[in-house]
Order: sequence, then C-alpha cells, then structure tokens
Amino acid sequence: MAVSDGIKGAVEIAKSMAVTLRALLAGPLTVQYPEQPIAIYPRFRARHELRRYGNGLERCIGCMLCEAACPTGAIHVEAAENDPEHPVSPGERYAKVWEVNLMRCIFCGDCETACPVEAVVLGHEYELAGYSRDDLLWTKERLLEPTRPNVIIRTE
Amino acid sequence: MDWISLILIPAIKSLILVIVLLTGFAYATWFERKLIGRFQQRIGPNRAWTFGLGHPIADALKMIFKEEIVPSYVDKILFVMAPGLAIVPALLIFAVVPVGPNITLFGREIPLVVADVNIGLLWVLAVAGVGVYGIILGGWASNNKYSLLGALRTSAQMLSYELPMGVLLIAILLTTALGTADGAGTLSLVQIVNMELPWYIRIWILLAFPLYFITMLAETSRKPFDFPETENELVAGFQTEYGSIKFALFYMTEYLHILGASGVAVSVFFGGWRGPFVEQAPILGVFYFAAKLIAMVFLFIWVSASVPRPRYDQLLRFCWTFLFPVSLVYLAITAAIVILL
Repeated sequence: MAVSDGIKGAVEIAKSMAVTLRALLAGPLTVQYPEQPIAIYPRFRARHELRRYGNGLERCIGCMLCEAACPTGAIHVEAAENDPEHPVSPGERYAKVWEVNLMRCIFCGDCETACPVEAVVLGHEYELAGYSRDDLLWTKERLLEPTRPNVIIRTE
Repeated sequence: MDWISLILIPAIKSLILVIVLLTGFAYATWFERKLIGRFQQRIGPNRAWTFGLGHPIADALKMIFKEEIVPSYVDKILFVMAPGLAIVPALLIFAVVPVGPNITLFGREIPLVVADVNIGLLWVLAVAGVGVYGIILGGWASNNKYSLLGALRTSAQMLSYELPMGVLLIAILLTTALGTADGAGTLSLVQIVNMELPWYIRIWILLAFPLYFITMLAETSRKPFDFPETENELVAGFQTEYGSIKFALFYMTEYLHILGASGVAVSVFFGGWRGPFVEQAPILGVFYFAAKLIAMVFLFIWVSASVPRPRYDQLLRFCWTFLFPVSLVYLAITAAIVILL
C-alpha cells in the first residue's frame, strides 16, 4: 500500500466524519409522537364523522349510496321512513342504522364523494386503536358526536 | 512506610477506581447510545428519567435477572471462566494511569494513581495482551463455528496491531529521555505526565496520535474494527452463546478497554491531568483528566458513527503493509531527533 493511498484514505475518512458531525450539529429530526403531535395535511382522511344541520337534524337521508360506493363493504346502512311529526332528517327517510367497520375501511374517501348531502365526511381523528372488535365497529351514535381531535394542521 | 499507606490507602483507591470504572462503563454505554443517536439525527434513549439517564441501571438489572444459560455442548469450565478472564485485565489497565496530581488529605500526601510502578507502559501492554485470552477462550469454549472464527480473528487482529502500537509507544518512550534529568527516560505513566518536554517534541508526539488511535481502535475491537463480533458475518462472534450477566461482562470489557485505552492515550499524548491552574488547586487535575477522557471517548464514538467496517483481509493488509512500516519510519526519525538533540 502506497503512502499516497494512505493520504487519500485519510481524506475520505475526514470527509465521512464531517458528514456525521454536520448531522450531529443539525440536531435530531425525531418527533416524540405521543407527547408531540404530528402535523397532518388539511385533506388528511381519518375516521368518518356524520354531520348534522344547524337546526339539529341529521344530514343523512338513508340513500345508501355510501354503502354502494364502499369498495370493501365496510359501511352498513339501514334506512327507515321519517315520522313527519318528529323528523330525524330533512328528507323522506333517515338512517336507522349507520355503521362503519374500521377493520375493513381503507380510508379511500369514496363514501364522502358519493354522499349527495355531505352527511359523511372523513375527519382528522386518526388515533383509532381499540381493545376489541366492537370498539372498531363505529355506530351512528358514536359517529354523530362532534369531535375536535388534537391535531396540528400542516401549513402547505 | 506504615501499614496505612502500604495497604489501606491503595485498597481504598482501588475500590474507588473499580466503582468509578464500572459506573463509567454504564454511562459510557449511555453516552454512546445517545451520541450515536444524535449522529443519526435521532434522539437516543430518553424514556427512563431525564435524558434517559436511567437506562444503564435498567440494563444492568435486566442483565442480572435474566436466565443464565450454559449450552450443553460447551466446555463448561472455560465457558464460565472466560468473561472473568476478559474483564479483570480490562480493569487492571487503569491501575497505572494517573488521574490527578498528588493531593493532601488528612495530612497525608496521596498520589491519585493506584500503582505508580516504574514499568507503567509495559504493564499496560502486558495486561492488554492478557485480555485477549478471555475473548479467545470464550470463543473456543462456546464450541461453535462462528464463535471460534470471531475468536481467531480477534487473536490475529490484536497480535498484528500490537506491533505498530508497541513501535509507536517505543518512539514516545525515546522522547522521554529528553524529559528526565539523567537522560535515561522512563516507562512510568506518572513521570511521563509530569515531564517537561520542549514544545516541538510535544508536536512531534502528537503527529503519531492518528496512527496510535487506529491501533487503539483495533486493540479495543471497536467499530470500524469490530471483527470479533461482526454482526452480519458471525452473528455476534465470540459472545454468540453468552447470555445474562456473562454477556454483560463481555460488554463491560469492551467499554472498559475503551476507557483504559483512552486513559493511556490521554496520559501519553495529551498531558494527562495537566491543565491551567492545576498547581494552585490540584483537585482540578481530576476534572481535566475526566474532560480529556470524555473527549477521547467522543472521538471513539464519532469514528464508529462515521466509518464502515473494512474487510478482514483489508484490515490485516493495512496493518502489515502500511501502519507497521510507517510506525517504523516514525520510530527511526524519533530516534534520530533524540540522538541529535
């Protein structure tokens, strides 16, 4: 091995050590996730939410288009006729049962697109772990509860 | 010499040294994990207590309470003996390294070194040589191809790199002839640190440091020269079959070697405990020594974060065809300088 090889090698090692030193000085990129929230994009698709009108009526009219649009069959809707005295929704019918199985859902957002009255939207709550299968079968009552998930929206 | 200064004080000093070294080992692992993390732009351990300072303690507890497995096909006596054989020399190296100047305590003058023996550097080389036995016996007793390969690599690597290391140390010992009154030089690390050398000799000694550092990396089998345990080729080399506290002892040995080698290098190349205002407040020397030691450990970790592992034949070719001749040239030039001055 020639001495010039040794010098060349020393230069290369010095370069690689400079790279790591720059990384050291730049500081960590890690986000301490459960303590520090991760910024998400505004159009991030997480768990479904069912919406109401301002007067308290449910938007969902039980048309079952979301169920038809769902590629994995995660949504199950059973419609019923509205009682004219005490309507649940402004239309003729309402959703008696509106369930989404989050173990099947792929969060594609097709239900959101299919919905003619913007009743179902994919919100920002993405911390969806559950202790049982029932925990992941979200029913209408749970989906109707207004949520304000603790997320930071990323500026674009 | 009364019995207090003969037995009691050295005993207390060795006890303190062992405790400090073992704690130092635990926090050297913490320092390494933390620093490697930062080098890779991660945060590193931070779960147990502030800055993850509890991780070494948790690791120790885990290691102690793990099931102790001795495989049925191993040589049981050697298998159990090997970790002990590895760790004792690693602890012994530090005995001759002065961590500070003499301090006065309870009316007694106490040198801050466990044993100021006049063969200091020879002691370091000899003890480091014995340290290889633990690793070789561990690999042999495991009765496993990977372990044996790791152990064989270790022996070849350490024997090869002891040569340039020894030659470089001889060159530095030659310069001590300029620092001692009778011109005979010295092997004692205490005297090497105390010595007054001309500034150009100091710079000349520092020139040898990069070469010496490479031999240190190989002798302590640290990355990028961690051939005894090359994970991707040999599983974990000589420590494949070891678990629980026996594995911890090998692990400890590795870090104690780093601390020991750093201590020797700091004493030989960077003036040990010396620094400004040490004459007025001798206890400052301990802090200077600790700071220099930590800087040296930082260098170890920095290199291990930056440089990939070479191939095994490259390692040996580098030693025999580059490092060894270059250190011989360095030795010759040093000898000429010492004679001419």
